[in-house]
Amino acid sequence: MATETKAGGASFIDSLGKIYAIYTGGFFGFIVIIAILEQLGVPNKYLGYMFMGLTIVVYAFIGIVTRTAEVSEYYVAGRQVPAFYNGMATGADWMSAASFIGMAGSLYLLGYDGLAFVLGWTGGYVLVAVLIAPFLRKFGAYTVPDFLDARYGGNGVRLAGVMVLLACSFTYVVAQIFGTGLIAQRFLDMPFEYAVFVGLLGILVCSMLGGMKAVTWTQVAQYIVLIVAYLIPVVWLSAKKYGLPIPQLTYGQALSQIADLEQNFIKNGLAPATMKLHAAPFTSYTPGNYFALILCLMVGTASLPHVLMRYFTTPSVREARVSVAWSLLFIFLLYFTAPAYAAFSKLEVYSTLIGKNIADLPQWVYNWGKLGLVNVCGKAAASADAVKAACGAISGHAGLLRWQDFGINTDVVVISTPEIAGLPYVVTGLVAAGGLAAALSTADGLLLALANALSHDIYYKMINPNAPTKQRLIVSRVLLVIVAIFAAWTAAQRPADILAMVSWAFSLAAGGLFPALVLGVWWKRANKAGAIAGILAGFGLTLFYLVITRYFPGYGVAYFGMTSLTDPTGKALIADMAAAMKAANAFDSWVPLTHPLASKVGWLNMNNISSAIFGLPVGFGVMYIVSMMTPEPSKQIQDFVDACRRPKGQTLMAEKS
Amino acid sequence: MSQSSDDVYWGKTSKLMVVMIALWVFFGYIVHMFVTPLNGIKIFGFPLGFYMASQGSLIVFVAMLFWFGRSQDKIDRECGVAED
Repeated sequence: MATETKAGGASFIDSLGKIYAIYTGGFFGFIVIIAILEQLGVPNKYLGYMFMGLTIVVYAFIGIVTRTAEVSEYYVAGRQVPAFYNGMATGADWMSAASFIGMAGSLYLLGYDGLAFVLGWTGGYVLVAVLIAPFLRKFGAYTVPDFLDARYGGNGVRLAGVMVLLACSFTYVVAQIFGTGLIAQRFLDMPFEYAVFVGLLGILVCSMLGGMKAVTWTQVAQYIVLIVAYLIPVVWLSAKKYGLPIPQLTYGQALSQIADLEQNFIKNGLAPATMKLHAAPFTSYTPGNYFALILCLMVGTASLPHVLMRYFTTPSVREARVSVAWSLLFIFLLYFTAPAYAAFSKLEVYSTLIGKNIADLPQWVYNWGKLGLVNVCGKAAASADAVKAACGAISGHAGLLRWQDFGINTDVVVISTPEIAGLPYVVTGLVAAGGLAAALSTADGLLLALANALSHDIYYKMINPNAPTKQRLIVSRVLLVIVAIFAAWTAAQRPADILAMVSWAFSLAAGGLFPALVLGVWWKRANKAGAIAGILAGFGLTLFYLVITRYFPGYGVAYFGMTSLTDPTGKALIADMAAAMKAANAFDSWVPLTHPLASKVGWLNMNNISSAIFGLPVGFGVMYIVSMMTPEPSKQIQDFVDACRRPKGQTLMAEKS
Repeated sequence: MSQSSDDVYWGKTSKLMVVMIALWVFFGYIVHMFVTPLNGIKIFGFPLGFYMASQGSLIVFVAMLFWFGRSQDKIDRECGVAED
C-alpha cells in the first residue's frame, strides 16, 4: 500500500508540468468563452457568477483529488514538492487580498512612501533563504514550534512559539476572510455576513481533506489565476496607451507625465503648493518610519510560520534554497507591476478629471461614488447633483475639480482599472476571480498553520503523545474547522482595524519569533532560558506598544513617556498635548480609531505599524543576556545544531509511524 | 565527518551569509537613503530613486537568491556535505 502511494505520487510529480499546462490552457479557454458570452449579451452579473463559481469548483476538485490520510502528506505534502512549484504555491500563500487589491491603491495614495510595502514584502525572502528556511528543512520540522522545541528543549519554548504563531496567524486570517467576503459581496451582490461564510466554504474544501498536500496543489492553481488576472488588465492598458505591452517599462512615461501635470496644477491653482508629489519621498512617513516599516515587514516575512512551513515540503535542503528564489520571482511579478497600476490610474485621474468642470465627470465616478468609494469635495460622488451640492458648499469653489477635491478608496484602483480604461467586463470578472484566489490561498495556508499548531504542537506533542495517526488527523481536521468558523465569525463582526491588523501580524511575528529562530541556527550558545525570555520579551513589548498606542493612548502618555508623533515635516499630530490630556476622554480604554489620541502617540516618533522596531532589538538583547547568564546548552544540543547546519544526512525529526 | 572540516564548511557558509546580508542592507536600505539625489536622474521617465525602490532593488533580491542557491550548493559539494 505504502509503495503504491509512493509510485502514484511520483508519477503525479513527474507529470506536474503537463497537468498545470493543461490547466493554464483551460483557464485561458474559459476566459475566451466568457468573453464570447459577453458579446452575445449575457448580463454581467451572470458572468461574474461563472468566474467565481467555476474557479472555486476547480480548487475544490483539486482539494478532493489530493486528499490524504498519511501524516507526512498531511503536514508537509510528503516532502515531494519541487522547488519551482513550491515557489508558485508560496507566491499564492504569500500574496493576500491586501497585496492583490489594496497594494496598488496604497501606492496611488502614498506615492513613493507606499514603496515601503513593495520593498518590505519582497526583501524578507533574502533572510528566509540565508538565515532560516534551509536549516529548518534539514531538521525536518512539521511546524515552526517543532524546531524551537528540538533546538532549545522542552515544551515551555514550544508553547511560547505556539502563542506567537496563534497571535500573528489569527489576526492575519481574519483579514483574509474579511477580504474574501468583500470580494464576494461586491461581485456577487451578496450580503457581507453570508459572503464571509460562502468564502469560508471555499477555503475549507481545499484545506480540510488533504492538509498541506491539497493546499499546495490548490495554491499552485490559485497562483496561476491570480497572476494572469493581475497582469492582463495592465498589460492591455499599456499596449493601448503606449503601444508596448510591458507596463513595468511604459509607466516611466506615465510618471513623467504625472510630474508635469502636478507642476501645472500648482501653477494654475488647482492644487496647493504642498501637494503630495507622486515620486517625492517622505511625504507620508518620516524617513525613520519609512525604514522602520521596511525592516519590520522584511523581518516579519522571515518569521511568519505559514510562509516558513512551505519550505518544509521540498524534497531536499538544496531545493528549499532554490525554492525561496522561485518564490520571490513569482511574488516579484506582481509587486513590480503594482506601481504601474498606481501610475496609470493616477495619470487617468489627473488628465481626465482634475481641472475639468465638475458637471462633466465621467460615468465611472458616479458608479463607484454610489458605493461610497469615490469622494468629490468631501462627499460621496453618488450623482451629478450630489457633486454639485458638495462643491457648491465650499466657498470660492470655481466649479473646476481641484486636486484636493478628489478622493478614492484604495481598493478601487485595481478593481476599477478595467472599467476606467474601457476594457470589456470579462476583464473585471477576471480581476475579481484573481482577488478571490489571492484571499483564499492565503487563508488556506494560515488556517493550516493554525490548525497544525493546535493539533500537532499542543494536542499530539503535549497532551496525547500516544495518539494514533488516524486520531491525530481527525483532531487536526476538527480543529481546522473550529478555527475557521471562529475566524469567519470574527470577520463578520467587521473589526475596524482590519488593514492595520495585517501589518501588526508582521510585527508580532518579527518581535516574537525572529531572534529565537535565527540565533537557534547561528549561535550555539543560545539556550532554553534565553529563548523563552527572548520570545516573551520581544513579543510582549511589541504587543504592549501596539495595544497601548492604539487602544490606551492616554495611559501611554501619562505613564509610559509616550509623546505625540509628528508628520513628515516635523509638525506634531497633537499640537497641544497638555490640553488633549485634560480632555474628558483622555483616559478612555479600548478607544475607537476616531479618538483624538489613537495611534498618534508613541516612543521616538514611531508609528505602531512598525512596533517590532522596539520588540526586535529587545528580543535579541534579552535572549543574549539571559543565555549568557545561564549554562550553555548540552553537547547533545550543540551536535544537533551542527547537524542542522549540514545539508547531508537524514532529517533529524523522526516520525513514528 | 571531522570537527575541522565542519568548521571549514561553516566558515565558508558564514562568509556567504555575511555577503548576502551586506547586499541586503545595501539594496534594502542604504541605496534608498539617497532617494532625493537619485531622483534627479531620469531613465525612461523613471526618477532613479523611485525606480530603485519600485524595481531595482527587487530585481537585485531575486538575482541574489538564485546566485545564493548556486554558491551555497558549490560550497556544500566542495566540503562534501551536499545531499546525495
